[in-house]
Amino acid sequence: MQMPADLAPVWTSLRTAVTATVITLVLGVAAARWRLRGHARTWELLDALLLLPLVLPPTVVGFFLLLLLGKHGPLGQLLMKLGVVVVFSWPATVIAASVVAFPLMYVTARGALEQLDPQLLQAARTLGASEWRVFWRVAVPLAWPGIVAGVILSFARALGEFGATLMLAGNIPGKTETLPVAIFFAIESGQTRQAALWVAIVMVISFAVLAALAVWTRRQRQIMALSQGRGAAPGGKF
Amino acid sequence: MELRVEIEKRLPEFTLELAFEAGAEPLGILGASGSGKTLTLRSIAGLESPTRGKIILNGRVLFDSSAGVNLPSRARRVGLVFQNYALFPHLTVAENIAFGIAHLPKTEQREIIDVQLKRAHIEGLQSRYLRELSGGQQQRVALARALATSPQVLLLDEPFSALDTHLRSQVEREFRETLASFTGVILFVSHNLEEVYRICNNLLVLSGGTMAAFGRKEEVFQRPPNMAAAQVTGCKNFSRARAVGQHCIEASDWGVKLQVEQDIPEPVRHVGIRAHYIRFADAPAGLSTAPESNRFPCWLAAVSESPFRTTLYLKLNAPPANPADYHLQAEATKDVGSALKGQSFPANVQLDPAQLFLLSD
Repeated sequence: MQMPADLAPVWTSLRTAVTATVITLVLGVAAARWRLRGHARTWELLDALLLLPLVLPPTVVGFFLLLLLGKHGPLGQLLMKLGVVVVFSWPATVIAASVVAFPLMYVTARGALEQLDPQLLQAARTLGASEWRVFWRVAVPLAWPGIVAGVILSFARALGEFGATLMLAGNIPGKTETLPVAIFFAIESGQTRQAALWVAIVMVISFAVLAALAVWTRRQRQIMALSQGRGAAPGGKF
Repeated sequence: MELRVEIEKRLPEFTLELAFEAGAEPLGILGASGSGKTLTLRSIAGLESPTRGKIILNGRVLFDSSAGVNLPSRARRVGLVFQNYALFPHLTVAENIAFGIAHLPKTEQREIIDVQLKRAHIEGLQSRYLRELSGGQQQRVALARALATSPQVLLLDEPFSALDTHLRSQVEREFRETLASFTGVILFVSHNLEEVYRICNNLLVLSGGTMAAFGRKEEVFQRPPNMAAAQVTGCKNFSRARAVGQHCIEASDWGVKLQVEQDIPEPVRHVGIRAHYIRFADAPAGLSTAPESNRFPCWLAAVSESPFRTTLYLKLNAPPANPADYHLQAEATKDVGSALKGQSFPANVQLDPAQLFLLSD
């Protein structure tokens, strides 16, 4: 019996989920912006590709990641020449978590940006703002509620990632062993109490995430209700 | 100060084609919804690209299809006030006004904000958010935000349409003061005749994407060059017409011969008169009728009353068969209208030769 409890998977998981969330935030918002500036028809195929990790079984995602980043994969070989081996390293857990969490971030960010009143962006342009400024000073602040929802969902998805992580990063304690993977192997080897502890920790984190989402949504609704009260229909046009 | 626009914008179900110039005096763009008013402003602001043509502001080429020039909005130095204001809801009033002058030093920004707040009479509101402002206040902030960047042209897209009626006249009066001190070109888009007439000296009438009229407002209202311009400027009474003498025409839809003051154009197809120029010969004192020409017996077909005016639907020379059987719409003040309603018909109506206008289309 290992006591005090082995908390290494907790830290690995949190580190992985936080890093993956930051990566998906940057990439997801960037992809959403890129997508919305392009022309819809040519983008449908790429859209499908960006959303694929959401619908594929994680093991299938893991399979493709191995093909790409493995010893014989094109990217894997390139990295090997630079002295980097991704497979079975901590970065592999981040890559797996990022890939499966990315579509959630992308979809919510795109939805939030799409719903912006285009006149607000146009007003910013006529006021002399560069596209960069329009994006950071107008689009992102106004789409922020949606983006934060995407961050919370991505974090939850990254934290729960199992299949792709196991295939690409394996199960190296203290290095690539995340909570979901650790729970699986603890159960498999009969360490029920250890597994139960980890499950409890996952439950706490998950509830905290859900609570954060609920609080956030309620606050945003209140703000929206306030701004729609007068802002959306100036002077009581309706 | 000069804006020259000569553009064509082809859309699947609509083509906008127009050429005009605007100088120091405000130019009103009048047209029904869907006539291309807003599209014109958006093209000048760089939010739409015309299919071909040129837009030149004070000698600067903003757009030239043949030279491949299409300046982005941010480089055009235009101030656009959107119909619904498009204020930034996440910024305060002061931050909204400062949005377009962020490149200036802080102290200079502060000065410009103060000037604008003072001019718009919203000094106390600078740290408020959009949701804490009334419609009239939002409108003032929108204009202040556009003016803060000292644009060379101010584009106003129905700036009063979202305001309650009781606010409109006050806001409009302040607006006129502000516009009087603005030194750039002003284009004012509206579908409200009276508003445009009060604010602008020159008038461009748009109808279905083409220019129906362009000139001094008095000229356009007095002698609309075509049917579309006459209709957009509010004329309700038209009849087919043909010349029967040097200053005499036959108005076949009304079944009368009319003396006209203007020279008869060739060809002449229609004659028109505005509803408020129709005079009643035996109307009560105050509505005098001098000349004898163009006087006809008329019967009342229907009446429509608004709070302060009465519209009378009249049939000439014969009693109407039903309320929809009428030749002319006449507009009268409430008291004149009710006096007429009570009197016996036929009454005498007079179509002033000086107010009849002839159209070639």
